[in-house]
Amino acid sequence: MNRPITTARRSILRRFAAGVLLGLLPLTALAADPLRIGLILPLTGPFASTGKQIEAAVRLYSAKNGDTVAGRKVQLIVKDDTGVAPETTKRIAQELVVQDKVNVLAGFGLTPLALAAAPVATEAKIPMVVMAAATSIIPSKSPMIVRSGFTLPQITGPIADWAAKNRIKRVVTMVTDYGPGIDAEKTFIARFKAGGGEVVESIRTPLRNPDYAPFLQRAKDAKPDALFVFVPSGEGLAVMKQFDDRGLKQAGIRLIGTGDVTDDDLLENMGAAAVGVITSFHYSAAHDSPENKAYVDAFTRANNGMRPNFHSVGGYDGMNLIYEAVKKTGGTANGEALVEAMKGLKWVSPRGPMAIDPASRDVVQTVYLREVKIVNGKPWNVEFDKVENVRDPGN
Amino acid sequence: MLGHLVGVLFDGVAYGSLLFVISIGLSVTMGLMNFVNLAHGAFAMLGGYACAVLMTRAGVPFLATLPLAFAAAAAAGIVLERTLYQRLYRATHLEQVMFSIGLVFMAVAGATWAFGPSQAAVRLPGFLRGQVHVAGLDFGAYRVFLIGVVVVVTIALHLMLVRTRFGAQVRASVDNAVAAAGLGIDVNRVFAVTFALGSGLAGLGGALGIDVLGLDPTFPLKYMVYFLLVVAIGGAGTIKGGLVAAMVLGIADVAGKYYLPQAGAFIIYVLMVALMILFPAGLYGRRT
Amino acid sequence: MTSAPAPDAPRLPGARWSAPEIAFWLLAVAAFFAFPAYRVLGSQILITGLFAVTLDLILGYAGIVSLGHAAFFGAGAYAAGLLTVHGWGEPVSGLVAAGAAGAIVGYATSFLVVRGADLARLMVTLGIGLLLYEAANKAAFVTGGVDGLSGVSMWKLFGVFPFDLAGNTAYLYSLAVLFVLFALARRIVNSPFGLSLRGIRENGRRMPAIGSPVARRLIAIYTISAAMAGVAGGLLAQTTQFVGLDVLSFPRSADLMIVLVLGGTGRLYGGLVGAAVFMIAHHLLSDLNPVYWQFWLGLLLVVVVMFARGGILGGVDALRRRSRGASR
Repeated sequence: MNRPITTARRSILRRFAAGVLLGLLPLTALAADPLRIGLILPLTGPFASTGKQIEAAVRLYSAKNGDTVAGRKVQLIVKDDTGVAPETTKRIAQELVVQDKVNVLAGFGLTPLALAAAPVATEAKIPMVVMAAATSIIPSKSPMIVRSGFTLPQITGPIADWAAKNRIKRVVTMVTDYGPGIDAEKTFIARFKAGGGEVVESIRTPLRNPDYAPFLQRAKDAKPDALFVFVPSGEGLAVMKQFDDRGLKQAGIRLIGTGDVTDDDLLENMGAAAVGVITSFHYSAAHDSPENKAYVDAFTRANNGMRPNFHSVGGYDGMNLIYEAVKKTGGTANGEALVEAMKGLKWVSPRGPMAIDPASRDVVQTVYLREVKIVNGKPWNVEFDKVENVRDPGN
Repeated sequence: MLGHLVGVLFDGVAYGSLLFVISIGLSVTMGLMNFVNLAHGAFAMLGGYACAVLMTRAGVPFLATLPLAFAAAAAAGIVLERTLYQRLYRATHLEQVMFSIGLVFMAVAGATWAFGPSQAAVRLPGFLRGQVHVAGLDFGAYRVFLIGVVVVVTIALHLMLVRTRFGAQVRASVDNAVAAAGLGIDVNRVFAVTFALGSGLAGLGGALGIDVLGLDPTFPLKYMVYFLLVVAIGGAGTIKGGLVAAMVLGIADVAGKYYLPQAGAFIIYVLMVALMILFPAGLYGRRT
Repeated sequence: MTSAPAPDAPRLPGARWSAPEIAFWLLAVAAFFAFPAYRVLGSQILITGLFAVTLDLILGYAGIVSLGHAAFFGAGAYAAGLLTVHGWGEPVSGLVAAGAAGAIVGYATSFLVVRGADLARLMVTLGIGLLLYEAANKAAFVTGGVDGLSGVSMWKLFGVFPFDLAGNTAYLYSLAVLFVLFALARRIVNSPFGLSLRGIRENGRRMPAIGSPVARRLIAIYTISAAMAGVAGGLLAQTTQFVGLDVLSFPRSADLMIVLVLGGTGRLYGGLVGAAVFMIAHHLLSDLNPVYWQFWLGLLLVVVVMFARGGILGGVDALRRRSRGASR
């Protein structure tokens, strides 16, 4: 690790001055014009685990596929935007474009961050690959945006349909009170009602929420057949524990939700409490395919045993999208040509078959229904059914 | 309906108990040393990680990790108090705030480096999981345990303050540090031991809280407001005030979420503003 | 609260600008030409600096501790942002609206803040800030909630200068606004009104005895500060062309406090120096180490507190005094 700070005040000032000057040196003539990818991720702050997963996957992709594509060297520039301040994300995007002359912008952990950066991509005519942010509207905000992750309505629909078909009549929904949560709630209610089900109560939990117990108690007292849950990545653990602790399972209430709740990153920590939870999602680390076996294997080995989660495949497939597009254009890095090349691309990802819809530039993929089961002593999201070619219903 | 009310009160008290254990040390350092230590949550996080690491990597049983979490946080507290904190007792509150925020930043980055950014978890022993059935009502076993721990801690603290020589020295130092020093009380030692005790309790609270509050590197920032609330509403430097404030907050928060979930986070913030306007020095604070 | 180490002695309201002051502002202009690649960062430093100056007005001069200053910043940002979303993208009038929004929220909440001691004020301002944040989240149909307010598109400044990717317009526009408001703040703190504020900070109980209406004075400065913070928020909304919910967040208020204390309270320039040092350090450190930079930033804060009482400017003063003492 660098040690940019020493204890003497004067030395600090001197080093600041030196740092500022160093930053000024023009980035001159680095061998035959590499393809520069600016990766903006939340690597610190409350969403740091998202950034960590994506960065690890992106690095794995480069390691596996080489750092040269169509004769051009690929240069990654990774920046931390802390995950909370849109103006920082936008500033970093501007700096990457103006100063580092990147050919592609990628990453984007949360919706507001992606939305803030969208005009930069439009104005600079640079492709912007959205790897994690998941509200429907994002690709409509710039013709340069292509999404490699997922959209929330896309992965919420199938669990609603499944519930309606599987003798679940009355459901309480519990979502976090912000954009994506409300997206999930709306989609679930619409689809579940269309399937003949009844939503007895809709609970929205505040964003900053230290304790889920009272909400779960309220859900329990409403005596539904199932509780539908969406919470942001990372919060699933707390929900699962309280669900178990409150005895909702014993009261005959099933837990269903989007796959964020049984996030692969945290599933091992949830242990037996998560067993039996049914979710619909686009990626499970237990997905049964040779591509995924190789992926999970390489990822865990490279990352100290960390299991890849859904954000990681967003990063991995985002890189694949960029590589394939550059191959298709024969190495030109013209932004509009790249976006054009990305439209309609199809490939088999560790998550299964996926494609980019040419009209909406959004991801089209298989959504799986999974149940948490203990396999070889560890909990996994085991897939038992799937819906192919799911689009974002908003598009 | 009445059953619901009892359940809500019970959950609120359990939640309040947890807030009390974590925050009481902050209240004491603010009251005794007049030091605004926003890094208090970092000691709680340290205790939490001590517990999680001991359990998952060394296989130490949960109950046995609790005293160790206390000891780890207390040890860190005494080291930092002697090396850094004590130099700043005379600094302005604002500088204390900046210093302790600096420590928080370092703790957050350090914890990310050591434990990764994801949520840590502990697996509670079987007898602390699930629910206890009493008179037709269900109570969470772990919450019963939390309340029990707080009763023990509160009684121990009270006895220590009222019955022991050290307790008398602490009370004297809180009332008037200069006069206490004049009477031959080693105020520095009192400060150091008290700081360690407060940090240790935070560490214990951090370990107890993993299952309820969660544990990740941003813990000290995420809950800073709650710890400040307990101290500000209770009044700095009083155990009774901290206890009452923690219970009020715990019950208000749980009841608000249960009965009026659509009001979300508003209830607790409105309560906080109202209480601070009505009792600017806290419920049990000394008016100066 | 113990008072900050002696700030500059008060001057007359129309006092001439000293040589170091003029040099400071020339430096800000020179930075535009010297660091062409960092103009966006520069504009955000200027905005944060302005925001810190507004906090200094109430904290450094009137002694009101606030952990909720983002409430006014956010009100201004949403006012400026909503105006353009609904079809009026003229920047300067947008800033006026932002200032008005800040002033309204400031005046309305000032009554809750003027009474009470430090900790109570801290918690009340914090509470008001958190309430506004939650309210803005609930009012997603107006504010866009957590997803933010997008579709903010500014007209050209004076009909000539577009807000460009390189941040040229943003930097010069922010600098001009900062300078105007700074000059105003400078005039205020050096006026008899500013003197009475310092008197309140030092001893609020004695001030009525010399005929100074404490509550009215505090409400006035609190409202002025809120209005200026609103302008800072408006500037950010206009130059970023996006408003995120975090403009109202607690971390923004807390960071602001750090910025001001780092630079030094009660001297106006402290906020500007603090913003520059904090944000440049953040930028350089997070480029060097995107994952663990917070550690080094934290260390910087700790080191400054340990070795420079009164923030960076306090430390500079102490050095100057020491060197003067040595030469004597």
